[in-house]
Amino acid sequence: MTIRKMLMASVAVACAAMPVSALADTSGKKIALSNNYAGNSWRQAMLTSWNKVTGEAVKAGVVAAADAFTTAENQATEQAAQIQNMILQGYDAIVLNAASPTALNGAVKEACDAGITVVSFDGIVTEPCAWRIAVNFKEMGRSQVEYLSKKLPQGGNLLEIRGLAGVFVDDEISAGIHEGVKQFSQFKIVGSVHGDWAQDVAQKAVAGILPSLPEIAGVVTQGGDGYGAAQAIAAAKRPMPVIVMGNREDELKWWKEQKEANGYETMSVSIAPGVSTLAFWVAQQILEGKEVKKDLVVPFLRIDQDNLEQNLANTQAGGVANVEYAQEDAIKVIEAAK
Amino acid sequence: MRPALSADAMRLAIPALSLTVLLAGVFWLQPRAMSYVGLNLLFNLAVPIALATIAQMLIMAVNDLDLSMGTFVSFVACVTATFLRDAPLLGTLILAGAVLVYAVLGVVIHLRDLPSIVVSLGMSFVWGGLAVLLLPAPGGQAPDWARALMTTKPPLAPIAIIASIVIALVAHLLVMRSSLGVLIRGVGGNERSVERAGWSVLAARAAAYGLAGFFAVLAGIALVGLTTSADANIALRYTLLSIAGVILGGGEFIGGRVSPVGAVIGALTLTLAGSFLSFLRISPDWQIGAQGVILIIVLALRLFLNRVEKREKGQ
Repeated sequence: MTIRKMLMASVAVACAAMPVSALADTSGKKIALSNNYAGNSWRQAMLTSWNKVTGEAVKAGVVAAADAFTTAENQATEQAAQIQNMILQGYDAIVLNAASPTALNGAVKEACDAGITVVSFDGIVTEPCAWRIAVNFKEMGRSQVEYLSKKLPQGGNLLEIRGLAGVFVDDEISAGIHEGVKQFSQFKIVGSVHGDWAQDVAQKAVAGILPSLPEIAGVVTQGGDGYGAAQAIAAAKRPMPVIVMGNREDELKWWKEQKEANGYETMSVSIAPGVSTLAFWVAQQILEGKEVKKDLVVPFLRIDQDNLEQNLANTQAGGVANVEYAQEDAIKVIEAAK
Repeated sequence: MRPALSADAMRLAIPALSLTVLLAGVFWLQPRAMSYVGLNLLFNLAVPIALATIAQMLIMAVNDLDLSMGTFVSFVACVTATFLRDAPLLGTLILAGAVLVYAVLGVVIHLRDLPSIVVSLGMSFVWGGLAVLLLPAPGGQAPDWARALMTTKPPLAPIAIIASIVIALVAHLLVMRSSLGVLIRGVGGNERSVERAGWSVLAARAAAYGLAGFFAVLAGIALVGLTTSADANIALRYTLLSIAGVILGGGEFIGGRVSPVGAVIGALTLTLAGSFLSFLRISPDWQIGAQGVILIIVLALRLFLNRVEKREKGQ
């Protein structure tokens, strides 16, 4: 009896003495993925990565469940209902790729009020109680020019391939590229075409503008257009400039062929669909009791000369280079934001 | 032998029964839903759908169909999140103007004898375009009173349930008890005899459309009160949901046979069906199909009961 009492007392003391910042165990926690759309290869890769990484995490006992839900139609009202259902199902955290940055705010607020952690990524929400893992498209554009400035310190003429006119992402990346050109003034953009993020469109557009251009040192792109540009320039029998690639499988394959044939050097940058797994780990870290800033930034998936073969081997034919994030990556991103 | 239930009660029995069965299913799958907060979460998004369904019902009562309901509610949502908050007077004027446009549409459809489907399909592009002009990017903010109204926590029952009951009651009094309601249903039932009796069919149709516009405006405001901000495409699904809600609730496409209480129950049933399937963990690829199956089962039940009703009347 006394031993029991003493034991209990010591447990009580131990509990009281535990530092406040002690991390909570998340093995009993359930996390849900609320996804609004699954109709393209990027989203499919995103869901596959989620299932793979969270499946392992559940098996290892890091969390109790990590279920993925996709709405049948890409509509905000439907996703709002889906989120409210998740609240009822008793999830501890909801990882969200939202159909609308604002129309889900009411449902997200309901979730927060119910004590649920909401982490939005890619398609982020503006509700202040949710966490956001956003893509810095501007930096994606600027970093291309920065790379070129190291590769070609003497500078030169650039050809810019833009995406789909009128889309937010296109404006952002392009603004970043122009910012980069301002910063590294040895470069000058001599031509700009819309490639619509598609190789065939980019090839046609570049072939059309090439005859009017002086010699080009580099091509800055938005992804999904580098291979088309290379084809057009090769067909015109022009010297091959440094074309920044966008992680698509055909682009990486062409780069590898050139690298083996004549030592061609460039880099490739885009967002990995596996960012869903980063959001998962961030949610897990928040549940664990970590202090996490509300706005985080997705790291780019950058492929360089030395890790090209390795990334290409991991990329499906016709797909996008992907990377699945681990818990340490999430911790790194959280630390970087502090 | 007299039938145990009147035809009107019979008309209501099926939707009420299907709602009860679905609700029991949801409670069984997810006991957590059996609470004040749970019921509110299950049904609060049904409130704007119920209002839109009443609006659609008014138009179906005069044998017409409104295919612009979704875009109109989206447009109202955009006005609510921008003008109605920042300049309440101007916002109210815009919404009143929108209701007036609806009444005018009724007049035009009647005078020119146009098919309502074509006119409303055309108007859906107008409303959609205006919504995009108002909010090219998602945003805006709900007026505080709309937000407060949709998130109040009254004692006894959650706001979603109380709002549904109030909507059903008001619509019932308006459509089933008032003389205007009788006139509107009469236009749907037998336009010529209404005309011969000395009533203005034109005025009745204009009133039906105007009232529909008014309920659709309420739907938009309620939706923004729930979501806190708007998006030009926020309510596109409401066009089909509202039609399905009316039919599910015992209404018919022609003949002025509508049931306001049934329409509200239909809207609640549709919302609940989505949650039920989601709790069942049915893959999203099958969810739309499964929702269709639920609709077909309910409608088949109704046809069956209609036949029983007829047989009993024949005896």
